[in-house]
Amino acid sequence: MATIETEATSVTPKGRLTIRRHGLVTRLTHWGWAAALFFLLLSGLQIFNAHPALYIGQQSGFAFDNSVLSIQPIRHQNGEVRGMTTVLGRSFDTTGVLGVSGSQEQRAFRAFPAWLTVPSYHDLATGRVVHFFFAWVFAAAYCLWLVASLLNGHLRREIIPGWADVRALPRTIVEHLRFRFDHDGRYNSLQKLSYAAVLLVFFPVMILTGLTMSPGMDAAWPWLLDLFGGRQTARTIHFVVMLLLVGFFIVHIFMVFAAGPINEMRSMITGRYRVDRRHEEGKAP
Amino acid sequence: MSRLLLSRRRFLSVAGAAASTVPLAGCNALDALLADGHPARGLLASANALTYRMQRLLIPADRLAPEFPESEIRQGQRPNGSTDPNDPAYLALRDTAFSGYRLSVTGLIERPQQLTLDELRNMPSRTQITRHDCVEGWSCIAKWTGVPLASVLDEARVKSDARYVVFHCFDSMSLGLAGSVAYYESIDMIDARHPQTILAYGLNGAALPVANGAPLRVRIERQLGYKMAKYIRAIEVVSSLAPFGRGRGGYWEDLGYDWYAGI
Repeated sequence: MATIETEATSVTPKGRLTIRRHGLVTRLTHWGWAAALFFLLLSGLQIFNAHPALYIGQQSGFAFDNSVLSIQPIRHQNGEVRGMTTVLGRSFDTTGVLGVSGSQEQRAFRAFPAWLTVPSYHDLATGRVVHFFFAWVFAAAYCLWLVASLLNGHLRREIIPGWADVRALPRTIVEHLRFRFDHDGRYNSLQKLSYAAVLLVFFPVMILTGLTMSPGMDAAWPWLLDLFGGRQTARTIHFVVMLLLVGFFIVHIFMVFAAGPINEMRSMITGRYRVDRRHEEGKAP
Repeated sequence: MSRLLLSRRRFLSVAGAAASTVPLAGCNALDALLADGHPARGLLASANALTYRMQRLLIPADRLAPEFPESEIRQGQRPNGSTDPNDPAYLALRDTAFSGYRLSVTGLIERPQQLTLDELRNMPSRTQITRHDCVEGWSCIAKWTGVPLASVLDEARVKSDARYVVFHCFDSMSLGLAGSVAYYESIDMIDARHPQTILAYGLNGAALPVANGAPLRVRIERQLGYKMAKYIRAIEVVSSLAPFGRGRGGYWEDLGYDWYAGI
């Protein structure tokens, strides 16, 4: 869908060349995911706050220790309560954001602060209602995208990296570090690799680890527990992939601004994308 | 080189603009939309009905929840919710080791029952090592022993218009300023007749402790912990959940939690 279609290219009055870059399904699912992931993230952090600890295995260790992360308000000897985040046995003071947040007068003892959760106040029931609604939106958009991308070749042509992309990787990395970006309408090797990771690994792992946390689905598909190593490991993976998706989002937004926000946004809304003339003149590699 | 400098300068300015949008996530503007009773909340909550239907389609009625080997029992069952009811009727029974306990079975049945603990223990029993999943997110594996609810229902002869089984409990729960209300829960007939749905009187090879729901609590292994009522006083077979509490089928449901807790 994102290939240059000769019949669809047009030259604007200023002499700039635009192409049809993103197909309708790509654009629809992109914005569907954007909205769904916004709510899934903030409601997910609300759900996490109900039991702010992660474990490895089938169950949560209360009489033994299989914890890999915990975010707790801890009262110190001088009476002060500090937010302590413990990752793999190492503790960090995260007062102000994690564990203890809010203003000095009105301290909130919660893992993630009010400004990172939906709703802002502590409400697990509402967090779950929001999370599962947008989980359906997210999964429906994923099914639509996967079927359409398999049928129209988007997946094969633009997403799955080939040998040429692997070979081009060092040069692409160097060009990105110099803030030089190609605008030929095609995904470069870094884009292909990151989109393939997000669309073909992170998204399905998010859906499947989410289902592994469902006691109903564990009865229907017990292989989920074998695949991820237990319900609590699945919960931990769900959290870690959330962090990876947040990392992708930050880089994604930076790249949109770095590559030309108007052109990039227009191409994801209308589908039309302005390319550099030099590519048409055959100067591009 | 000038091109490089220009693009880097432009990059830094737009990156700053992008970063400034991040705190927008602090959206207590959404809180009102999500409050119980708002139409937007109703729309979002309707997804649970879809989840219920899909899971009933995907999960065969008698498909068992995973069971675990003895070696997975690595700790006591973590008590949660009510752990020490102080309602007078309960305290009187507890002080006599529940010898005066009678499980009342009523509603849409042909033969109402009043069952003692000994009578329940003399019925066919089932022991299962299963994972308890709390809605909060934690899990705990333990061995439960009890009488299949299906056996009790068969003794009572359920009428054909029965749709739900309601569990009435001894323990009172706070409703804030509105006082308190007895815990109650409900399940559909598929979960009621599921082979692993047992009225448990034993935990990890001993009598069920008070903290875990003595004398009797229900296990519903394909749903979350809040469905598994403790301190059960009576079982009522009904065709509608409307007459109970706020009509949503349980204490936590009346406070906004989903009735179907298979997820």
